[in-house]
Amino acid sequence: MGWTDYLLALPITMLALFAVGILLIDLMLPQDMKWLNAVTAFVGVLFSAGSTYFKIQLLLAENNTGGMPGMMRTMLVDRFALYFFYLFLAATAIAILMSVRYLEIEHENHGEYYALMLLSVAGMMCMAAGFDLVLIFIGLELMAMSTYVLVGFLRRDRRSNEAALKYFLLGAFSSGIFAYGLSLFYGLAGSTNLAVINHEIGNRMADPQYRPVVIVALVTTLTGLLFKIAAVPFHQWAPDAYEGAPTCITGFMSVAVKAAGWAMMLRILIVGLMPLRAIWTPMLVFVAIASMTGANLAALTQTNTKRLLAYSSIAHVGYMLLGLVAGTATELSPDGLKGILIYLLVYTFMNLGAFGVITALRHRHVIGDELDDLDGLYSRAPVEAVLMLVFLLSLAGLPPLAGFWGKYFIFLSLIESGHYVLAALAVIYSVFGLYYYLKMANAMFMKQPEKGEEKLPVSLAMRVAIAVTGIATLYIGLLPNSFIELVNWALGLSQAAPVARLIR
Amino acid sequence: MQSHILSIILFTPLLGALLLLFVNKENKDAIRWIANIFSLGGFLISLPLVPWFWAVRFEPGFKFTEGAANNWIPSIGAGYVLGIDGISFLLIMLTTLLGWISILSSWNAIENRVKEYYIWFLVLQTGMLGVFMSLDFFLFFVFWEAMLVPMYLLIGIWGGPRKLYAAIKFFLYTLAGSVLMLLGILFLYFHHYTSTLASTGTGVYTFSLEALYQTAPKIYSDYGPYAATLLFLSFFFAFAIKVPMFPFHTWLPDAHVEAPTAGSVILAGVLLKMGTYGFIRFSLPFFPNVLSNPATFLGMTVRGWMIFLSIVGILYGALVSLMQKDMKKLVAYSSVSHLGFCTLGIFVLTPLGLSGSVLQQINHGISTGALFLIVGILYERRHTREISEYGGISNVMPLYATITMIMFLSSMGLPLLNGFVGEFTILQGTFMENWRWAAWAVPGVILAAAYLLWLYQRVFFGTVTNPKNEKLHDLTPREVLTFVPLLIMAFWIGLYPKPFMQILEQPVNHTIAIVRPNYPQAGSTVNASAKPASGTMQIEIKDTTPAPAPEGSK
Repeated sequence: MGWTDYLLALPITMLALFAVGILLIDLMLPQDMKWLNAVTAFVGVLFSAGSTYFKIQLLLAENNTGGMPGMMRTMLVDRFALYFFYLFLAATAIAILMSVRYLEIEHENHGEYYALMLLSVAGMMCMAAGFDLVLIFIGLELMAMSTYVLVGFLRRDRRSNEAALKYFLLGAFSSGIFAYGLSLFYGLAGSTNLAVINHEIGNRMADPQYRPVVIVALVTTLTGLLFKIAAVPFHQWAPDAYEGAPTCITGFMSVAVKAAGWAMMLRILIVGLMPLRAIWTPMLVFVAIASMTGANLAALTQTNTKRLLAYSSIAHVGYMLLGLVAGTATELSPDGLKGILIYLLVYTFMNLGAFGVITALRHRHVIGDELDDLDGLYSRAPVEAVLMLVFLLSLAGLPPLAGFWGKYFIFLSLIESGHYVLAALAVIYSVFGLYYYLKMANAMFMKQPEKGEEKLPVSLAMRVAIAVTGIATLYIGLLPNSFIELVNWALGLSQAAPVARLIR
Repeated sequence: MQSHILSIILFTPLLGALLLLFVNKENKDAIRWIANIFSLGGFLISLPLVPWFWAVRFEPGFKFTEGAANNWIPSIGAGYVLGIDGISFLLIMLTTLLGWISILSSWNAIENRVKEYYIWFLVLQTGMLGVFMSLDFFLFFVFWEAMLVPMYLLIGIWGGPRKLYAAIKFFLYTLAGSVLMLLGILFLYFHHYTSTLASTGTGVYTFSLEALYQTAPKIYSDYGPYAATLLFLSFFFAFAIKVPMFPFHTWLPDAHVEAPTAGSVILAGVLLKMGTYGFIRFSLPFFPNVLSNPATFLGMTVRGWMIFLSIVGILYGALVSLMQKDMKKLVAYSSVSHLGFCTLGIFVLTPLGLSGSVLQQINHGISTGALFLIVGILYERRHTREISEYGGISNVMPLYATITMIMFLSSMGLPLLNGFVGEFTILQGTFMENWRWAAWAVPGVILAAAYLLWLYQRVFFGTVTNPKNEKLHDLTPREVLTFVPLLIMAFWIGLYPKPFMQILEQPVNHTIAIVRPNYPQAGSTVNASAKPASGTMQIEIKDTTPAPAPEGSK
């Protein structure tokens, strides 16, 4: 353990320290100063980002695509991990901005909220940078425990409590199954290190004696992974949890928690279990089709916007899974993986933006998460309504908006790897998607507000959050080049040069 | 200026839209003036293109190109490349003209949410122009999709009673077609990479049309006829839904009936032409072998199916028009019939058919655009479009009745007016290919006369039957102004179509040379067909055709 190890863990440590700090400061703050907690948390995020930028990136040599192992090889901080670090931090920063006013309205303005948020991000970072099953699992649990609490943070709201309980029970159960799968892999490979597993599992697979165990291990591990990213048929918790959770946490979960699940999934499947690709690909194809079908059809009839967006996020997972299927099909084209990373990036902005607008609808006595609450939003908050339209069309994947790029690379990779039927299915389902997004757009632009014409009060922090996500959605959509290069960089496909401007 | 004229035309409306953002929404007259100035400006700015284009009309290739391949998103090979040939030139002029007219026509029609209305309309205008100008497949796709949004909002916010349904239906139908096209585009893109990799050793990822024109026809030999046909179909659905060809037309009556008048004008006048434009620009040169493939499906070749659907569309649209009780719906279904002629002209794959088709697209934009304006004017005064509510209108609105008569005659294809030239040329081209096709299509012309004249009789002739109609005032000068350019164009094309034929000659011959390399060149064809008939049209066209153009190039 040299001091570089501590430097590598600095962003994570930073977050944990700030989380503890918030808990302490919170004790001393009077009720009307609680917004300072949000400021502290925001500063914590900035510090974490700063330490990522100044310390770790300096450690990584310009053309080091392999990354830096640390903490006795349990961590691997490479560009892939850095990419996710920034993604988590961006999502958290925006979610913090969205939370301030919401918590005040709910009278739940406690410091724990932000502390838990930072702790969950620390867990996510462990998942993204973990190179060892144990660290990954600890990160996962840290993240999951924090989000269970956050989902149930509205203590006086029965929906929130119910959601937290459901999420907790199902989550704990799936974690158990996941841990069981991981333990089998440990038994098979004799190590928890992903590289060792990769090396050993191929040999084990060749031996028919071990084959049933390998398959059981794979299926249980996959169950845990798919549960975390909420893919059909392991998605049942998502609509309930999304509906009951505080809206800003729903937004946070739908992007950051999901991205962390993806980071973990990519690490485990591509680094650790690549030799088993022939077995997990058909399963993923099935899950992807089931996710797109189930979620897109279920979303059509939703009348609660949070549930609707929950189903839409499940559908998006379906598309991303196709990217994983196609991206690992040949050595030649990593476009599918590129697609997943881009997808997660643009999804962060557009989905957080959409949830931001829905969060803004919560004021005084209006809960604001029914489809009817969007009625006539245009006349009550024109800027927010137009941006919401941008987010929705982006979610639907219309060019030239950011969401198109995620789909673009996924479809491209499917074409490249010859999965024409899957590609056709995916595009057809994206038309279904447009229908339910347009239902929301219809409500905003083409219906009259039922509950009076008064202007919607939107806090400054919320405005900043929505503006940032809106600008990002438009900017990535129109000029995606630097972001595509960023993803190439993150995947080690290109050297740092052109991207250096952006990250590094 | 010449080198950037296309960008200037493209972004003038968008500039207007951006400017409108900063105008107070209560100041409705200022908004109207600004929108009108920018739409008229957009039209006036496109006028210099006419002499400039005229000077280079016989030169091969695309003119006024600007931008370079892959300059927009280098990492995937998408570029901002614009350029036009004769076909897109005419459609661009039609777009700028109709854009101005429809914005002018909405002066009184739109009373609420005026600001957004004009903003979306101007954005739509840019989107449509972009579709016709793009020489990069990716750019094309972006414009093609992005343009749906303003149209969706125009129908959905300012539309009639069933606007929500119509707006979503319009959006979903067109998107369903275009997502399949996206897959097709990606396939072409990937195929370009592999085929350049095979031929030169370095694979190139690009969406540049010039590059794809080189490799796309090879798909037929690389992947076999089956794959090529599927690929053809993926484009076909996008374009056929847009045109719309029978049986993909069901969104059209809803969208037209519910859209505000100006929206209908643009929808019929320009949006539908994107489908036919797509056929000419992409389907024909990309998949020549699919169209000449003799293999049959359910007894017909691919090309046979296209022609079959076109003829069914012609007859079906006309028959359904006969039965309509709502004027706007009648005009909407007549569009299905007229666009059937356009697709027929495309897929007979003769130079005459193709140039007739493009000309007919322009004609349809002029006359059907005018028909929607006509319906809209009555609607503004009475707020109903039921034919049975009217009768004897010519007594109270004589000027209106006169203009309507001219436009009806133009739409049904009376000689000396524009519709005749287009339909006649298409039918002539069809006849040269297969007289039976022409024979099936001709009843469409007769039926058009039937439904339009019958409509005219019911609405305009006789005495005023409905007391509510006694006090209707005739056209205002602004309304007359919206018709003047359309009337001029209708007579111009009807009396002297030669310039239009000359503009179309190069791109049409070029396209036919790609699709049917062995087809006799334009000059000889026209001479051969000129012998049996002696109508003025053939003589006109014969005159316009100089010595066979040097078509070996590309």
